Amino acid sequence: MTSTDRTSRTGPVDLAFAPHLTAIEPGALHRLRSALAETATREGVLDIAYRIVDSPVGQLLLAATDRGLVRVAYEREDHDAVLQQLAERLSPRILEAPARLGSAAAQLDEYFAGRRRGFDVPLDLSLSAGFRRTVIQHLEGIPFGVTESYTEVARAVGNPKAVRAVGTACATNPLPVVVPCHRVLRSDGSLGGYIGGLEAKSALLALEAAP
Amino acid sequence: MVMDTKQPFEKLVELHGATVLRVCRAVVGPGEADDVWQETFLSALRAYPELPADANHEAWLVTIAHRRSLDSVRAAGRRAMPVGEMPDGRSPLGNPGPDGDGVWDQVARLPDKQRRVIAYRYLADLPFADIAGILGGTPAAARRSAADGLKKLRTLMAETPPQGGTP
Repeated sequence: MTSTDRTSRTGPVDLAFAPHLTAIEPGALHRLRSALAETATREGVLDIAYRIVDSPVGQLLLAATDRGLVRVAYEREDHDAVLQQLAERLSPRILEAPARLGSAAAQLDEYFAGRRRGFDVPLDLSLSAGFRRTVIQHLEGIPFGVTESYTEVARAVGNPKAVRAVGTACATNPLPVVVPCHRVLRSDGSLGGYIGGLEAKSALLALEAAP
Repeated sequence: MVMDTKQPFEKLVELHGATVLRVCRAVVGPGEADDVWQETFLSALRAYPELPADANHEAWLVTIAHRRSLDSVRAAGRRAMPVGEMPDGRSPLGNPGPDGDGVWDQVARLPDKQRRVIAYRYLADLPFADIAGILGGTPAAARRSAADGLKKLRTLMAETPPQGGTP
């Protein structure tokens, strides 16, 4: 019996009367849900697929539309809340469909294992608009192991006074790790902020600084 | 602007997947239940963006499961035997459950309407008003069907105790 079991609320035709009506063997629902995700993908009715992966900086939620990876979220962002935001901003047709994120998950594994320096997956930037999107697009170009300051990023995107807005754009990056906002630091070399927490930011910088 | 707080569809599968599976098993039997479950959630996913945000998800899903199960019954009827209208008697789809399970045999022997009312009321926990909406007729008639079905089920159970053993 699973935690979502509702046998306690069933009536006279319940366990005492017909145990086999209410008992669901382990694994049955999991199989059905996997098959559903597959069929829904094939028939083009699944707008957002997601999966949760383990990493040295905690569990990451990966979500993709048919255009590409649209969201990477740290545990501290609250994955349920992130999915709810995706439902409201993009589409509620969301299912856990690990197969559709196989490539992104594999590349992240390689990155954390020190075997990959850049990501080669299509990105869907539809959660970023305007100036934030411009910043995100610039961040995509900062190479592995290199850092820039918020001031340098502001200058690079042609708006040298917008240092604070660059900070906001980094803090709201919908694709952390893959779009490397962790490579942006304060001018004095201190960390600044990070959507995944400063510990995660340090861990990524340390990973990239390793010989 | 209307506040739209529609949940990710995955949440609906997580919350109601088990109940819908129980309903499918009770209504079409364990053999066809998986297919009906799949078709139910696929249809629901397709239609989900248009569903009003305040709709009762479980009633909506059971309604879809009901329609899909009728399709399944028709298809099975076509496969099995060339009868036109299904009589309000024993369902041809009361597939026995796992070996040695007397309960399925008994539930399968209920008239189709009683079986559905019992599934929707006691497995999906729907009020009789919603069940009447799904099956047609009045809530009072649905209530009577449920009572008749339970009575008959008790009689059947008393005649042949399930070999699986009840707790």
